[in-house]
Amino acid sequence: MAVKDYIRERFFPHIWCPGCGHGTIMNCMIRAIESTGIKKNDIVLVSGIGCSSRICGYLDFHTLHTLHGRALAFATGVKLSRPELTLIVPMGDGDALAIGGNHLIHAARRNIDITAIIMNNSVYGMTGGQYSPTTGYGNFSATAPYGNIDQSFDIVKLALGAGASFVARTTTYHVTSTIEILEKAIAHKGFSVVEIISQCPVYFGRKNEFASAVNMLKYYRTHTTPIGSKMKKKYPELIERGIFIQEERPEYCSEYDKIIEKAHKER
Amino acid sequence: MKKNILFVQGNEACVEGALYAGLDFFAGYPITPSTEIAELLSYRLPQNGGKFIQMEDEISSMCAIIGASLTGKKVMTATSGPGFSLKQEAIGFAVMTETPCVVVNVQRGGPSTGLPTSGSQGDVMQARWGTHGEHAIITLTASNNQDVFAMTVEAFNLSETFRTPVILLFDEVVAHTRERLIMPEQGEINVVERLKTSVKGGTDYHPYLPREDGRLPMSDFGGIHRFNVTGLMHDMWGFPSTNPKIVYGLMHHLVDKIQGHTEEITRIKEFFVDDADYLLISYGSSARTALHVVRNRRARGEKLGLLELQTLWPFPVDAVKRRCATADYVIVVEMNMGQILHEVKKASDNPDKVFLANQINGSFITPTDVLNILRIIQGKGS
Ligand code: SF4
Repeated sequence: MAVKDYIRERFFPHIWCPGCGHGTIMNCMIRAIESTGIKKNDIVLVSGIGCSSRICGYLDFHTLHTLHGRALAFATGVKLSRPELTLIVPMGDGDALAIGGNHLIHAARRNIDITAIIMNNSVYGMTGGQYSPTTGYGNFSATAPYGNIDQSFDIVKLALGAGASFVARTTTYHVTSTIEILEKAIAHKGFSVVEIISQCPVYFGRKNEFASAVNMLKYYRTHTTPIGSKMKKKYPELIERGIFIQEERPEYCSEYDKIIEKAHKER
Repeated sequence: MKKNILFVQGNEACVEGALYAGLDFFAGYPITPSTEIAELLSYRLPQNGGKFIQMEDEISSMCAIIGASLTGKKVMTATSGPGFSLKQEAIGFAVMTETPCVVVNVQRGGPSTGLPTSGSQGDVMQARWGTHGEHAIITLTASNNQDVFAMTVEAFNLSETFRTPVILLFDEVVAHTRERLIMPEQGEINVVERLKTSVKGGTDYHPYLPREDGRLPMSDFGGIHRFNVTGLMHDMWGFPSTNPKIVYGLMHHLVDKIQGHTEEITRIKEFFVDDADYLLISYGSSARTALHVVRNRRARGEKLGLLELQTLWPFPVDAVKRRCATADYVIVVEMNMGQILHEVKKASDNPDKVFLANQINGSFITPTDVLNILRIIQGKGS
């Protein structure tokens, strides 16, 4: 299918700023969904609040635009009542890790079959560029005028620790592998977390001396490396990208079906 | 046929009512004094193929039931004071997206952690105004197990009819009192099913286009129609809009669909009201005390009557006004500092004749608490 068959054309042009990474991610999502072969009518997109969550309005799936931080909780309700549907939850870093952090770790722990996409631009874009749980120590933001003293989350480690059965990291520079990773994450039966490092040139970029979106993309190219590469050994500060775990584990909705079977016998 | 009679707690009566009404999905978080509802449903729901999930907190429980309801399920969550505070933002989401759901709040003493194991009726105003922004809401209550059952079924019926969250505002005393519950037969109480759209798959379905009678037929989310659901102000397709005309229309629709049907939503019980000189107005467990006082005094020839409210919101202004008009004095009996009192004063032709008999220390309100006020009114005490 053509890309335009997946979008709600009447809402374009989109609201994202020129150079924003979120459009790239939306495009990658469409390509990935296309190659999974899943029908539009079987896909549910649930989002929270923020620049990232606006993806919901643009894509022609079943779309649920919810509350800040709570997308995974709503998605859990949808998935558990209709396990046959494919649930995808695009979130921002503030959305997924600050206000919604509790829901992320518990969805991971349950291993419910939902794909969480964390569009990580290290900033609250929609409210004007405040520091988020992934803003690095020493970075600047609208609420860190003297430099950020918060330590940042490592999303991959967090997701692994919480029990997600599929965990990956990629960036908006690495479009081809982002599409491949998303395709695998969506097809994976269990809770998938995909961190996509994405540029917000308008707030994060400007405050942190990135002259343009292109500079940010170049930075993603030079400061990341595939998991376990020789470069990583030589330069340990490089951020690894790729699939960190992909494992078959009991999935929540299937486990609940067993509960129903047991309960039936007790009746 | 032999009646099926149970001896149960109020919380169990609520569970029986919910299952009778066709509950499919429950999400909750443990909290005293409502926990028995979750415990029982974790056992009972899967027996009927329904789903139970204990979420990580109160907020996610509320969100999960909204998600499940959108897909076409009958849903409920249960909590108590502090948990009810936490659910408020998501209750507003259900109001805005017109998603049917039932929220049980077994009230306990507050504010804050307050008195976790004591009775209170302090959340009457929170039920009305807990979520931010202008809106209308339906809130029901009950004073005994039989009514807890009936009002729970009503809550599901009203929530489906008006596409709105319905709050079941019980209190600790009713929730934990063990008494008889006569189980109604199938079909004995009307059960309202969801109004589904007849629009065929693939064609233009408008999730937020009211019919002539104001009702909005639903399509199961994730089913044959693809549409958008958002907590933002939205147009008839469910897409965000800031157009003042659309916003005005939606605000009015959300408020009018409930406020405009107050009479239809009103559930009240009347005891000896026709010739009452002294009218007691009460609800929930307090109404049991009030009824006791009324019966005792009637036996002595004093003309006391009781108006028991089962619908708290929208407030039954007309019904209250009518009954107040014929009484010399009105005493509102409740376990708070006068939350329904003020509504009654507003509705009454003469607010100066409306008095409060209350209890706020965690103890159950007693006949003496009511009689003390009665004596003051009658000039017998100080
Ligand atoms: S504020 Fe940042 S994240 Fe938001 S749309 Fe603009 S560039 Fe993108």
